Amino acid sequence: MNIHEYQAKEILKTFGVAVQNGFVAETAEEAKAAAERVKTEYDSSWCVVKAQIHAGGRGKGKVMGSEQRGVQVAKNPEQAAEIASNLLGGTLVTIQTGPIGKLVSKVLVAQDVFYPGPNEPKEYYMSVLLDRTTKQNVIIYTTEGGMDIEEVAEHSPEKIHKEWINPAVGLQGFQARKIAFNLGLEGTAFKEMVKFVSALYKAYDATDSAMFEINPVLKTSDDKIIAVDAKVSLDDNALFRHKDFAALRDLSEEDPTEVEAGNYNLNYVKLDGNVGCMVNGAGLAMATMDIIKLSGGEPANFLDVGGTANAETVEAGFRIIMSDPNVKAILINIFGGIVRCDRVANGVVEAYRKIGDIQIPIIVRLQGTNAEEAKKIIDESGLQVFSAIALKEAAELVEKVLKG
Amino acid sequence: MSILVNKDSKIVVQGFTGNEGTFHATQMIEYGTNVVGGVTPGKGGSLHLDRPVFNTVQEAVKGTGANVSIIFVPPAFAADAIMEAADAGIKVIVCITEGIPTKDMVMVKAYLSDKDCTLIGPNCPGIITPGEAKIGIMPGFIFKKGHIGVVSKSGTLTYEAVDQLTKLGLGQSTAIGIGGDPIIGTTTKEAVEMFMNDPDTHGIVMIGEIGGGMEAEAARWIKEHGTKPVVGFIAGQTAPPGRRMGHAGAIVGGKDDTAAAKMAIMAECGIHVVDSPAEIGQKMFDVLNG
Repeated sequence: MNIHEYQAKEILKTFGVAVQNGFVAETAEEAKAAAERVKTEYDSSWCVVKAQIHAGGRGKGKVMGSEQRGVQVAKNPEQAAEIASNLLGGTLVTIQTGPIGKLVSKVLVAQDVFYPGPNEPKEYYMSVLLDRTTKQNVIIYTTEGGMDIEEVAEHSPEKIHKEWINPAVGLQGFQARKIAFNLGLEGTAFKEMVKFVSALYKAYDATDSAMFEINPVLKTSDDKIIAVDAKVSLDDNALFRHKDFAALRDLSEEDPTEVEAGNYNLNYVKLDGNVGCMVNGAGLAMATMDIIKLSGGEPANFLDVGGTANAETVEAGFRIIMSDPNVKAILINIFGGIVRCDRVANGVVEAYRKIGDIQIPIIVRLQGTNAEEAKKIIDESGLQVFSAIALKEAAELVEKVLKG
Repeated sequence: MSILVNKDSKIVVQGFTGNEGTFHATQMIEYGTNVVGGVTPGKGGSLHLDRPVFNTVQEAVKGTGANVSIIFVPPAFAADAIMEAADAGIKVIVCITEGIPTKDMVMVKAYLSDKDCTLIGPNCPGIITPGEAKIGIMPGFIFKKGHIGVVSKSGTLTYEAVDQLTKLGLGQSTAIGIGGDPIIGTTTKEAVEMFMNDPDTHGIVMIGEIGGGMEAEAARWIKEHGTKPVVGFIAGQTAPPGRRMGHAGAIVGGKDDTAAAKMAIMAECGIHVVDSPAEIGQKMFDVLNG
């Protein structure tokens, strides 16, 4: 589960990670008040207004139909209010959102951290995530902060450092010191970085996170080390241990059909093709999408109905797939193991009759236990449904249907 | 011959008396698997499915000589169950549970590093040596005794491949579903290596999906050490980057874990890669008979 920057920073603060402070606002008035608080509480007369969406690249992204950037500096509370009113309600398009962009419904009004001081400010990059190869968590860091890490990895891979964490003992002091030294720090900044890294890993571990990305980590002009941005992704499988995190979920960031599918315990991902599919099992669902492509179509979705493909789940699946106007055909692909194909077939017929006005061709491929009986049920139902048993036949039917 | 499990395996079921445990243990017993008992803490001393129930895996091992365990406990307690089985000396631990927190699996992997045992899964359909032992949730009737080793990250896609093989007269030595989570016990490469070393396995079907680097690792190993034909398929050629496709581990993170990248490496390493999942069985048939 992804969360917003302002939520991530609140979590980090509770573990003693220093962050760029600020207040969230949903209206221009609130933004103005937030800017005033930033001024009095953090002694920052300028402030930064940051659009809160679940995507990176906000600083370079623009609100659709204008030249408004997703992150802007305000020199006074009035200006903060003006920027907020330009951002709120707008659709921010960044390199990560794709052309459709994301609606901005909140802004974070944060302190200006690039204030003048004895030293030059410097930006770093740091992330914590699982390394699937070593099966350990790893801290990835580089002096090249504020940039796209993929680009750094491509052009100067030697500048990227990694520190693996032994799960039995956790992050050790020497590792935190090594990171600070490798970033070229000394004196106060060195000590601050050691503290920062230690607190950051503690937060990652305690929250069961799947990924932390802090870009940039800033050394301020007075040698403080703070998280200026924070991208946090929580492990969905561990949410049962953190009931309070449920409140952090922002449904408006998710596709509404995906949310609805979730209510039926269906695992659905919307795609932009023309052939919908409904499958039992994630691997077979991906393979079915591939079959659609090989048959000349484009998959409109990923949909895993899980182990119980009954009339109710099939009906919910039908409705969800058909809510997408691009869908020209639907392929149902069920491998009946423990679940019997004839039952699934009856479920399909029942769901079809219940919905009533299905205008697009449906291809049902049922294989496994009682596949022959299932095919008979479909064939004798009188519905506009094509049936198949072998996967190859199903692929040929998709091709045929698409050619009209 | 086969790998990991056979007719002599003695199986203990962890989470024996729960709904899932009861249903699948019944199916396993009907298949002819030697289920010797089960574990449900607090229910020790009773009988379930005509087999003894123990409070701990240690007692079950002592009482029955069990050497294989299958786990049907909820995600919150699954890591604990795996470690308990390893501690009791179980040699093959099959964890079916889906939804275990990644952090728990990081701990489990560290815990198992100096234990003499093989973990299969989690989030997997299990392992079957046709005609001998079914330790999992797969439909037994689609399998047939034979000489093809099958290793796959997926459940139903494994059934699909096995069904194609069986219908072409190609039985299986052992089929193993290794699971779709980011951290799993037995890797693709480890399973392939076991099949290469099993004299009764004549060909290997390797089914992967987007995410992670296990298929590439297996492919490179096959290039160096492979002695038998391998047919490969990668699910998710049409999956968009950054989106999780059902399995917790099925997510394209970079340019190396896309289906296209994996298929290219596999082909380079001499694996017979098919584009369509409908061609897996036929390809193996052609390779063996070509």
